[in-house]
This record gives sequence, C-alpha cells and structure tokens, in this order.
Amino acid sequence: MKTITNIGKYFIMLRYVFSRPERFKIYKNRVFDEIEIIGLSSIPLVALLSGFMGAVMTLQTAANMDSPLLPIETIGYITRQTTILEFSPTVISLILAGKIGSNIASEVGTMRVTEQIDALEIMGVNSLGYLVLPKIIAGVLTFPFIIILSIATSLLGGLVAGVQSGLVTQEDYIKGLRYWFIPGDINYALVKAVVFAFIITSIASFYGYYTKGGALDVGKSSTQAVVFSSIAILVANFILTNLILL
Amino acid sequence: MIEVVGVNKHFGEAHVLRDINAKFSAGKVNLIIGASGSGKSVTAKCIVGLHEVDTGQILYDGRNFTEMERNDRKEIRKEIGMLFQGSALFDSLTVEQNVMFPLTMFTEMSREEMRERANFCLDRVNLNNKNHLLPAECSGGMQKRIGIARAIAMNPKYLFCDEPNSGLDPKTAIVIDNLIKEITYEYQMTTIVITHDMNSVIEIGDHIIFIHQGQKWWEGTKEEILKTDNQEINDFVYAADFMKEIKEMLGKH
Repeated sequence: MKTITNIGKYFIMLRYVFSRPERFKIYKNRVFDEIEIIGLSSIPLVALLSGFMGAVMTLQTAANMDSPLLPIETIGYITRQTTILEFSPTVISLILAGKIGSNIASEVGTMRVTEQIDALEIMGVNSLGYLVLPKIIAGVLTFPFIIILSIATSLLGGLVAGVQSGLVTQEDYIKGLRYWFIPGDINYALVKAVVFAFIITSIASFYGYYTKGGALDVGKSSTQAVVFSSIAILVANFILTNLILL
Repeated sequence: MIEVVGVNKHFGEAHVLRDINAKFSAGKVNLIIGASGSGKSVTAKCIVGLHEVDTGQILYDGRNFTEMERNDRKEIRKEIGMLFQGSALFDSLTVEQNVMFPLTMFTEMSREEMRERANFCLDRVNLNNKNHLLPAECSGGMQKRIGIARAIAMNPKYLFCDEPNSGLDPKTAIVIDNLIKEITYEYQMTTIVITHDMNSVIEIGDHIIFIHQGQKWWEGTKEEILKTDNQEINDFVYAADFMKEIKEMLGKH
C-alpha cells in the first residue's frame, strides 16, 4: 500500500517540478551548478571504472576463447557490444545511482530537516521546481556525455589491456570494434542514459524531499533513494530493451 | 491584520488544533505561547500554509488564504517574512546571498540595488562586514540576525518568528527580542512570535495567546498574564523560580 502511495506522490511531485519557473535566469544558473555537481564531478570515477572494466572484459573474453574457429577480432567485437549495450549505459548508471542518488537525497533531505525547504515555500518559491528541476535537467543533459566517455574509456582500456598482455594485436582489436557495427546501438545506449538520468535524479529528489525527522532519517532516505532508483533502472532497462532492440 | 477563524487540524487520529480563533493586529508583537506539544508551532504553520487546515479560515487583511490556489497564495507569501527556529539559512549561499535570495527571485532590482538592500537589512540587524561568510561560519546569534535580515528583505507586512531565542544565551536572546520589537514598530508589521520563553513574554509581548492541549486557552497582555488566576497558565508562567519571585513581588505591590 505504501509503495502505491509513494508512486502516486512521486507523480504528483513531478507535476510541481515541471510547473512554470519563477525566474528562468536563476534556474539557468542552478542548472549550470548542478551540471558541475552531477556531471563533471562524476567524470574521474566513470573514466577509472570504465577503463578497468573494459580491460577486464577484454582479458576475460580472450581467456575464454578456446575455439580456433573464432577469429581473434571477436575480442574487440564482444568488448564493444558489451560496453555499448549494457556496461556503459546500465552498469555505470547503477554506480552513479549510488554516487549521485545518495548525494541528491542527502542534500535535499538535509534541506528538509533544517527547514530550508519550508523557508523557500514561505517565500513563495516553488521549492520542488527550484530544487529538483535543475537536477533533472543537469542529469538528462550530462548523462549521455558521461556514457559516451564511459564507452570510449572502456574500449581504450580493452585495447591497452589486450595489446599489453599480447592476447590481441591493435589491428585485430580495432578490426573487431568496427566489425558489424550498428549505429543504432549508440542511440539505444543514449536513450537509456537519458531515461536512467531522469530516474536517478527524480527518485533521489523524491526521497530527499519527503524526508521526515532528523539526521538518521536523512541517512534512510539516501539508502532508499539508491535502492529504489537501482530497481527502477533495472525495470526500465528491461522495458527499453524490449521496446528498442527487439 | 491576520485572523484565524475556527481552525481545526488533525494528524491522523490526533486532534491537534481545536477550533482556534484569534486576531493578530499590525504594529504589535503577538505571541503564541504554550508548553511543548501544545500545538503552537502547528498553529503558526497552519497560518503560513505549511500545514493545510482541516476546517476554518486564515485571513490576511481580509484575504482568505485557506481558499486560495497554490499560485494565488504566492502573492501573499511574498508579503511574509519568517525567522525559523534553526534559522534555515541556505548552506551553500553566503550571508549576503541569503539576504538577497528573495530579491533575486521576486524583484526586478539590479544586482547593485539588491546588494544595497541586503546591506541595509544586515546593517539593521547590526551585522556589518559579514557578507561573504557562509552560514556555517556564523554563530547561532548571528544566524538568527541573518534570518531576520532575510525575513525583512522584501519589506514584509507579516513577520513570523518560530522560537527566535532557542539555543541562544540570555544576552543574545534579549538582543534578538528587541530587534523583533523594534522592526515590528518601525515597519508596522503584523508580527507573530512562537515561544515558550517567559523572558520574551515580558520583554516584547504586546498581545499573548496561550495554547493548551490544542485549544486557545487564554488571551491578553503581558500585564494580564502575570496576574491571571488560570491554573494552566500559572503552571506554565511560574514554572521557573524567578517567575514565582516576580509574582510574589507583584502580590506585595
């Protein structure tokens, strides 16, 4: 019952989030601030994770290719497909749900318990629009770039690991990357990035905004934000895969 | 003037406000007092619209706030300043930016005009040269004064102060009380202060409402509250020994 109530509250929240802003200029500045917090600050983590994951994917693929019938380019091909279709858009989004989701929920939750949100409301500011909309816009704008960056570093990591280990040559790996490339797969990854960005920023904001109590409850909200945005990402991933790839 | 007419409020099964009726005049410091959990903060939150009332009306100079749509309420909210118990300053903004915040949201002022107004408000609360500090770098008393400066930035008609003295030493508490009183008289605002601090009652209370068990139990002036025979009020007012001494002194005279 509580879940259904929360889903209802979530959609009501979205209605207020997307109502007309008081001041476009203020919101624009807030979007730039959030781009820095949500997007730019995530780049080092994403690059590091993607680079190593790409390297491991390449090594594991190479290690498990026992059949002499499989061409060596398959290593690059499998790394590319895994990275573009699942690893970068989904796994990185799940990781960012932890980083960004907990950050947003604790920030907004702290504002709630310290009455800063009440202060905004008393002034006549649409607190949901002011606090949440810039986060959603920043997430939706920056996630596609983060995912592209993740794809690039993952493939680069795979190349370095494959060549350094001597399991594949640079030419074979790149040939594999180019083999039977479908540009639509990139679109699929970017659509997922946008949807997951919306899910992470809005669900985390929801749990932060409706925090009740004190510091302990802010912690609980952060945890719930990460758990429920991760579940929502997995469900959305399943639906999008059915809609786009099949 | 703010009028509260027949307000009732429930939280689940709990009936926290029972038929509250009150009038708060302009140019006076109106106090809502009562023990913890009596319903005074809920009353204030209903008046400013942070809680919706179940039945009854809140009238701001005759304008029925309870029946207004969210967007229409914004116009009245621009006329409200509020000092919160914990000051509720925006952590990420400097002192000056906090005071300028309502101006940036709702006025067409230039940056320079906003800065001038912010400095005027900060001067008014005796805070100079602190513009670039963050709230976390300020003491509790300073935060309260910044809160007052932010509350008066828009030149409000109505000022709400929720426990303005909580967490402050007695000397700073008196400074804050006097500031609220001076500003109320100077700008002829309708000021409502929620408190359980008897010093504030004696220091600044022009009109006092005592809330007990969610009901308006008593209403009067600070002189009257010290002389009333009402048992619940006496239990509240004379809980501290120094207040008992004051009562004895009053009795002798």
